[in-house]
Amino acid sequence: MSKIIKLKKGFDINLAGKAVHKIADSVHPETFAIKPTDFVGMKRPKLLVNEGDNVKAGTPILFDKMQENVMYCSPVSGEIVEVKRGAKRKILEVKILADKTIEYESFQSYSPSDITGLSREEAQAQMMKSGVWPNIIQRPFGVVANENDSPKAIHISAFDTHPLAADIAFTLQGEEDAFKTGINILKKFTEGKIHLNHNLNAEVSKVFASVEGIEHNKFSGPHPAGNVGVQIHHLDPINKGDIVWTVTPYGVAQIGKLFSQGKYDASRLVAVCGSEVKTPQYYKTYSGGAINKLVEGNIKQDHVRYISGNVLTGEKIEKDGYLSFYANSLTVIPEGDHSEFLGWIMPKKNVLSFHRAWGLFSFLNGKDKEYVLDSNTNGEDRAFVQTGTFEKVTPMDIYPAFLLKAILSEDFDNVEALGIYEVIEEDLALCEFVDVSKHDVQHMVREGIELIQNG
Amino acid sequence: MKFLHNLLEKQKPMFEKGGKLEKFYYLFEAGETFMFSPPSTAKNKGVQVRDAIDLKRMMMTVVIAMIPCLIFGIFNTGYQHHVAIGEATTFLSLENFLFGARWVLPIVLVSYAAGGIIEAIFAVVRKHPINEGFLVTGMLIPLIVPATIPLWQVALATVFGVLVGKEIFGGTGMNILNVAMTSRAFLYFAYPSQISGAVWTQLADKTPVDGFTGATALAVAYDTSTAGGNVVSALGDTFSFSNLFMGLVPGSIGETSTLWVLVGALILIATGVGSWKIIVSVFGGAFIMGAIFNAAGINPFMDMPAHYHLVMGGLAFGAVFMATDPVSAAHTETGKWIYGILIGMLSVLIRVVNPAYPEGIMLAVLLMNVFAPLIDFYVIQANKKRRLARATV
Repeated sequence: MSKIIKLKKGFDINLAGKAVHKIADSVHPETFAIKPTDFVGMKRPKLLVNEGDNVKAGTPILFDKMQENVMYCSPVSGEIVEVKRGAKRKILEVKILADKTIEYESFQSYSPSDITGLSREEAQAQMMKSGVWPNIIQRPFGVVANENDSPKAIHISAFDTHPLAADIAFTLQGEEDAFKTGINILKKFTEGKIHLNHNLNAEVSKVFASVEGIEHNKFSGPHPAGNVGVQIHHLDPINKGDIVWTVTPYGVAQIGKLFSQGKYDASRLVAVCGSEVKTPQYYKTYSGGAINKLVEGNIKQDHVRYISGNVLTGEKIEKDGYLSFYANSLTVIPEGDHSEFLGWIMPKKNVLSFHRAWGLFSFLNGKDKEYVLDSNTNGEDRAFVQTGTFEKVTPMDIYPAFLLKAILSEDFDNVEALGIYEVIEEDLALCEFVDVSKHDVQHMVREGIELIQNG
Repeated sequence: MKFLHNLLEKQKPMFEKGGKLEKFYYLFEAGETFMFSPPSTAKNKGVQVRDAIDLKRMMMTVVIAMIPCLIFGIFNTGYQHHVAIGEATTFLSLENFLFGARWVLPIVLVSYAAGGIIEAIFAVVRKHPINEGFLVTGMLIPLIVPATIPLWQVALATVFGVLVGKEIFGGTGMNILNVAMTSRAFLYFAYPSQISGAVWTQLADKTPVDGFTGATALAVAYDTSTAGGNVVSALGDTFSFSNLFMGLVPGSIGETSTLWVLVGALILIATGVGSWKIIVSVFGGAFIMGAIFNAAGINPFMDMPAHYHLVMGGLAFGAVFMATDPVSAAHTETGKWIYGILIGMLSVLIRVVNPAYPEGIMLAVLLMNVFAPLIDFYVIQANKKRRLARATV
C-alpha cells in the first residue's frame, strides 16, 4: 500500500540564489578528485594508482581495507596528477586531470530482458568493481552498504527539501530508462519493498511516474520532509537489528546505466547556487569536479564561503577545492566573520530565525521572502539549555535533546533506546541550525553512531 | 564603534591561552560578546548558516517581558506607601514613581551585583562561559521580595540561590531548581520575619494611618478559615477582585498585578520563549483545585470563589516567569502539562490547607522542579517502549 504522509514539524530555510532550470554547457571543470573523507566510515583507504597513471572512467582508484571488494572509481578518464596527503600520510584527495573526451572502462551490458534473469551475485559483482556501489547507503549508521546484507527495504527519496537543493527531477530529465533499470537491479537485493517517496505538493516527474513494482509514497511538509531518514521513520521504522538501504535517485540511474550501457557514468548536473552567485544555474559535469571553473567570474564578491552541498549538511571547501562524491550542488554564501555592535539585542528583520525572540522579526516577512544568510554563528557556544525547539523541527517520534544528552554522557542503553538507529546527521541538522547554544549537533550524532558501532 | 572593537581585539591575546590574564578569559569573553556579536563562523563540516538567535537574546526576551511588572512594581511601592500613610495620590504620579524607585532599584542593583560576582568567580574558577541565564535570575529575585527587605538579605539570598541552586549542579542548564525560587525559599526559611507578616508596605519610618494592617489578601483570606465569615466580604474593597487583578494591593514588588504579569505572559508566548502549555496548565490546575475546595467547602477559605486564587499572591507571576524556566521545568511536551497542572493544584492546596505558609506557589514550583525529571522519565520511557514494541530482536 502506498502511503500519503503529511508532516507539520520542521522549518524551511528559504535562501536567495536558487538555481534556475537552465544548463550551462560552456564551462567544464578540468580536474576531478576522489576524496576518501566523503565516505563516512571509511577507515583505511588503500590507493590502487600512482601519480602519473592514466585511468579511464570506472578505473578503480582506491578501496577501503575494511570492505575490500568495493571499488571507488575514477569519474573521468585522464591522468592522476596528484595524491594529496595530510597528517600521518592520510589520503585527502586523489586528483585526476580529465581528458577532452571521456573513455570508459567497459563492463558487461545487458538488454532489459537479460536484466530480469540476472542473479544478485552477478549484479553485485559488477556494481562493486565499477564504482557505483558507494551510492548505496546503509541505515542505521549512514555508511556505504555492506554487500553481504539483505536489507529489509530500500528507500529512495525523489525530492530534496534542503535549502537551495538541486531539483532532482530536473537533474534526471531524460533518464527514465536508466532509472527504471536501476530499480530493477535493486529489486534483486531485497525481499522487502522498494519505497520511492515523492513530494505530495508537486507533480510526480515522468522520470519516476512509470516505475512499476514498487511503493510510491507521498510526503508533504517543511524540511526535513524530503530526508529519506524521516520518510523511513514514517513508512517502516528501523529497529534494532534491521538493515535498510537508501539510494539517491541519481545513484539509481547510475546503477541503471552501468547495466544498460556497460559503463560507469559519473556525469551529473550540478546546481551552482547561493546569494553570491551571479547566475545561479545548472552545470553539466562529473562527480567530484573542481569548482574553480564553475565560480570563475560568476561570484559577486571575494569574501565568500564555498560549500560542497547545501548549507545544512554541506562542507566548506576552498576556491580550488572539489565537490564531494555525493554533492549535486555548490552553494556560495557570504563569509560571516564580522562583528556587530550589540548584535545580541538589536532588532533585525533581514535575518532568519525559527524563533520569534525579542527583535527577531523574520516571521513577519512571510514565507516567500528569500534570505541572504552568511556563515556567522550569530552567538557563541553556551551550556545546553533545553528550549523544546529541537522537537519542533524534528518530525519524528524521537526526543532529540534527550538523545543528544545520552550521547554526551555515553549512555549506550539510552542512546540505543532513544532512537540512534533511526537518524544520521542530516536528520537532525535543523536542530543544529536552531540551537540557541550553538552546539555541533550533527557531529554529536555521528559520535553517538560511532559509540554504538564500536560499542 | 570600529575603534572600540579594535581596542578590544587588541587586548584579546592577553586573555587567550598562554596570555598573562588567561584565567580571566571568560570574563573578557563575556564583556566582548556583550558589546559585539562574535565574528565566529560555522565550522568546515556541519551547518554553514545558523539561526539568528542566541542564548543572550532568548534570556533578554524574558527580561523584557518582566519590565512591565517591574515598572508597575515601582509605582505600586510608592502607591502603597502613600495609601498607608494616608496621602494617597493618583497611581501614576511622579511621587509614587520616585518613592518606588528609591526602594526598588537598589534591590535590583544588589541582586545583579551579588549574582554577577558569583557568576564571574565561577567562570574563572570552573573555566566556563558566563551564562546569560543570570540576566533573568537577577531580575526575578527583586520582583519576588517585598520592598522592605534589607539589602544585605537580597545579596545573601542571591548568592545562596546562584551557588546552591545552580553552580553546585554544574552551572546553567544543569540546575534542578529554579534559581530565583531557591533564593526566595532561602529568605523565607532563614529570615521569616522580613518576608512574612506585615512587611509588604514600605513605610519608610512614617506612621501609618489607623486601621492599617499591612496584611496581604492571602493572609486575610486565610484568617477567615479560623475566624469564620465570608472570604469575599472579609477581603472587602481593598482586595476586591479588580484591585487584585490590577495589582493595587500590598505584596512582593513585581507579583501583585495579574494584568501586567499577563502582558509578560503574552510576550513570552508570542515569542515562543515561554511555554504556553505550562502557563495555561498552572492556571488551570489552580482553578481546578479551587473548584474542588469549593465543592468540599469545609471552611470559609475553601468556599472562596476559585477564580480569586488566580489573582491573589504570586500565583500568576510564578506561573508565567518561574514555572516556565526551561531548565528546571519538564522538558517533554506531555510532561509540561502534568508539571503545570500539578504546580497549580499544589499551590492552592498549600495555600488553603497548610497553616504555616500563606503562599503556595514558591513551594509548589520548587517541589515540581524536583519532580520534573521524574515526569520526563515516564514520558521518555513511553517513547522507548513504543520503539521497543515494534522491534523484533
